[in-house]
Amino acid sequence: MKPAPFVRHVPRTLDQALAILSQVAGQDGRILAGGQSLVPIMAFRLAKPAHLIDINEVAGLDQLASDGKMLSIGARVRHAAFHAPVADNRLAALLTYVAHHIAHYPIRMRGTFCGSLAHADPASEWCLTAATLGATMIAMSQRGTREIAAKDFFEGIMATALAEDELLAEVRLPLLASDAKFGFYEFNRRAGDFAMASSLVTYRIVDGKIAEARVGVGGAESAPRRITEAETALNGATPDDDAFRAAAEAARDAIDPLEDHQTDAAYRRDLVRAVVRRALEHSLT
Amino acid sequence: MGSTPGMSEAKQKIVGRSVARLEDRPLLLGQGRFAADVSFAGQWSMRVVRSAVAHGKLRGIDASAALAWPGVHAVWTHKDVAHIPPIPFRLTGLKELEPYRQTVLAKDYVRYVGEPVVVVFAADQYVAEDAADLVELDIEPLTPVLDASGATGPFDGTHATEPSVIRKGYGDVEAAFKAAHAVVSLALSTGRHSGVPMETRGAIARYDEGRDILEMHGAAKVPWWNRDHIAQMIGRTRDNMHLYEGHVGGGFGIRGEIYPEDVLVCAAALAFKKPIKWIEDRREHLIAANHSRQQQHNVRAAIDTNGRILAIDNEFFHDNGAYMRTHAATVPDLAAAMLPGPYRVPAYRAIGHIRLTNKTPSGTYRAPGRYESTFVRERLMDAIAAHVGIDGVEIRRRNLIGKSAMPYDLHLDTLGTHIVYDSGDYALLLDKTLAAAGWPELKASLTKRRAAGEKVGAGVAMFVEKSGLGPSDTVRVDVKSNGKIEVVTGVASVGQGVETAMAQIAADALGVDYTDINVIHGQTDRIDTGSGAFASRVTVMCGEATRLASVKLRDRALKLAAELMQTEPGALDIINSEIVRRSGSGASMTLAELAQARPGELSAEDTFLSSHMVYPYGVHIAAVKVDGETGAVAIERYVIGYDVGKAVNPRLVESQIAGGLAQGLGGALLEEFVYDDHGEPLSVTFADYLMPTAREVPAMSILITEDAPSPLNPMGLKGAGEGGANPVGAAIASAIDDALQRPGAVADLPVTPQRLARLLKERPGPL
Repeated sequence: MKPAPFVRHVPRTLDQALAILSQVAGQDGRILAGGQSLVPIMAFRLAKPAHLIDINEVAGLDQLASDGKMLSIGARVRHAAFHAPVADNRLAALLTYVAHHIAHYPIRMRGTFCGSLAHADPASEWCLTAATLGATMIAMSQRGTREIAAKDFFEGIMATALAEDELLAEVRLPLLASDAKFGFYEFNRRAGDFAMASSLVTYRIVDGKIAEARVGVGGAESAPRRITEAETALNGATPDDDAFRAAAEAARDAIDPLEDHQTDAAYRRDLVRAVVRRALEHSLT
Repeated sequence: MGSTPGMSEAKQKIVGRSVARLEDRPLLLGQGRFAADVSFAGQWSMRVVRSAVAHGKLRGIDASAALAWPGVHAVWTHKDVAHIPPIPFRLTGLKELEPYRQTVLAKDYVRYVGEPVVVVFAADQYVAEDAADLVELDIEPLTPVLDASGATGPFDGTHATEPSVIRKGYGDVEAAFKAAHAVVSLALSTGRHSGVPMETRGAIARYDEGRDILEMHGAAKVPWWNRDHIAQMIGRTRDNMHLYEGHVGGGFGIRGEIYPEDVLVCAAALAFKKPIKWIEDRREHLIAANHSRQQQHNVRAAIDTNGRILAIDNEFFHDNGAYMRTHAATVPDLAAAMLPGPYRVPAYRAIGHIRLTNKTPSGTYRAPGRYESTFVRERLMDAIAAHVGIDGVEIRRRNLIGKSAMPYDLHLDTLGTHIVYDSGDYALLLDKTLAAAGWPELKASLTKRRAAGEKVGAGVAMFVEKSGLGPSDTVRVDVKSNGKIEVVTGVASVGQGVETAMAQIAADALGVDYTDINVIHGQTDRIDTGSGAFASRVTVMCGEATRLASVKLRDRALKLAAELMQTEPGALDIINSEIVRRSGSGASMTLAELAQARPGELSAEDTFLSSHMVYPYGVHIAAVKVDGETGAVAIERYVIGYDVGKAVNPRLVESQIAGGLAQGLGGALLEEFVYDDHGEPLSVTFADYLMPTAREVPAMSILITEDAPSPLNPMGLKGAGEGGANPVGAAIASAIDDALQRPGAVADLPVTPQRLARLLKERPGPL
């Protein structure tokens, strides 16, 4: 379980990093940030990148800042940065709650937010967060910088819209209203395992009714996404068990479930119904 | 060094006390020396190229690219090791199984994904893996056999899918079923899982040409047997080969048996005159080290109107995987022999089909055969209770073997011994454990919660364990010139606390502090023979041998001291390593002074022989909550009662029980080696093979009792290694049934959320 030979590059600036990436992208050059997913698959030799561009020394990528509208998360920000709220905003509370469900403590100390998104595991808590909240991805290469909306970013199981010479330099998440409700629930067989289904919800209550509902589902399809059918079921409804059950049922029916050797489509749908309802119940606690 | 008169009577015994482990200091200081820590100058790394095909004919191997790779020293295929015979059987080696033994590299056929086909020797492990990737295997695929209970037929070549059938029994089973008031039948299965130690396997061989000694480091469990038989396989003798055990990161039955890799490093060290190092990686471990537990049982019981058992008839299928390894028929044999458990079963028949499949070969795993057959027996007891319409505790009580029936001859044999339960008061332990669990209150509270809509329930499982397998253990005890004591044993440490337990026994027998005792284990050059560590045998067998040798040494010390102190041995005593006069007056001398005065004479050796095993027993009680939507099971309470005869160190016993419970829960709820339809293993990482972690293992209450000391050894010792694991699947299944209020709902382990969710969707049917 030793990786195949590779060259490790350690750029100090973003320009250097992008220059190297553009040179080695064609030879399966890969960005190394926290390494919590990449290094194990290299050890299994499922990935044999000839070049690793280690961005842990790149200045500026560790920014974690809010401009009053968006929270900017740089490529070197670790999961553990969110163990305590990073800003005085409901978004920060949401991120802290979600962060504690990511894998295990040592992994959270090392793995990065942006790395998680670039890796695009369907069960990733951060991918679900980005998809649900409508994150903006800042992709940089020597060719320039572009913004990619979350809905266009996730293309499938471990597949994203990033070109091979692009670095996911930053992710921007919109701050939440001060009265925003959020709820999260994931189902896995052991604490810290990849979720078999997960859901993140946010909404506001206006005149006693649900408004601006966002219902994200992860781990159940090839990529996390918002389930509009469930959101429709919620918007305008009283936040009660009936509404939550209706939204959960809508999500159950709307998904295109992943199947594996042990998990059939019907069970995955049932899990989605359970996690959506429980995320909604969590939003009231 | 004044000792006061009469103190010998007041000497506080250390056996029975939970003193701190001697083993922990080096481990906590990071001074542990595990297999991977062993390296020798100039060593070569070995990498195994394994079959990626479950079943096929091996048509050719092209290793030319690997051989040409910089840093590669050599590549071996079967033709290079054709002179090495297949790996022999250590236990239960039926003659008809011999053609199914595994050669150290695949010959003609590959029979499971993970089978060693080629080995690459290279400068380091990285290069070895690079080169291993370049080896091309030309394999003609054959249809894999994956079901162990289907029709029998050819496996491949001259091999058949059913190499043997185990038959055990007594009494007139047919007559009992004819006369029965009712017959209760079940079809049950246990899942494929195994012991997964934190430390993977490793073997480092070195040949010292000058002394003509071959060493292998990384040994565990049974170093002496392995030394003798590896030597034989590669044309050496037990006198010019030695095995060395370092620290061992878990054994559980699977570590320390002879595997192909052990033989290969030894043969290569001899052939190339270079140290050869092989360290298993985790993926290899999960497909190459012994699997266990996969069985399907069709069991039926004949009962009378009160639910008393008249006979049990059990036919089962043991999915052994592709080869018969060192344990040969041990697991199915134990499953058949231990199924009756703590109950009176007037007539019994077991038919165990040993079946080959294209999966990783199997061996023993903590409570081998018993985890499986306890699940079957206790499911059967619950089914009988449901059939008769009485409580699960009451049905057990009605069928228990009484204390007055001890010793109880089961009329069955296993591991070359006749099974006679040596002592036990099963009903008493049941009462004590129920009391510890607050059983009536627990049941009442669960009933109330169920009425409120929760799916909660509790279950009970009982079992008889076996331990202390003979035939013999020899121990040598010496006083060194500095007064420290050395106890040289023929056992092994897989982390269970051997050093501490043996030191406690020797300390009491000798009259020294247990921390002054150094216990040697797992070194074949320190003592000529040793039986090793398996079958919960060490404390019973080696413990009594240690006591015998220590008593002998004490007598010798007193005799020698009496000469020097001009008195009678009977007038002397040893207290805190000092030889004192019982009268309390006059000069004394330390053991160190005596050892210096009589160099080489303060040594004694003794052997404990035993032809019968001893039989501890236990009760597990589980309370669970089922998540009706997801199928998840949460354990709310877990209570264990276990009678160990005499606990040398209660904390060590509790630790054994606690660790066993964690593994039992793994097999009940989480762990499973899953294969796809082509025989491709799907559980090859810790993301897919789910071991319980601290978050999944519940708080537990452990009640250790000493109500039934063994009459077969003076201290009354019984073993503690396997009682934590044995009935966990059974107890969890019973609790889930209760939570669902559906007797017999759980028929298969592990109870994954997928399976349980499916079950919850089915309409409740009759039993």
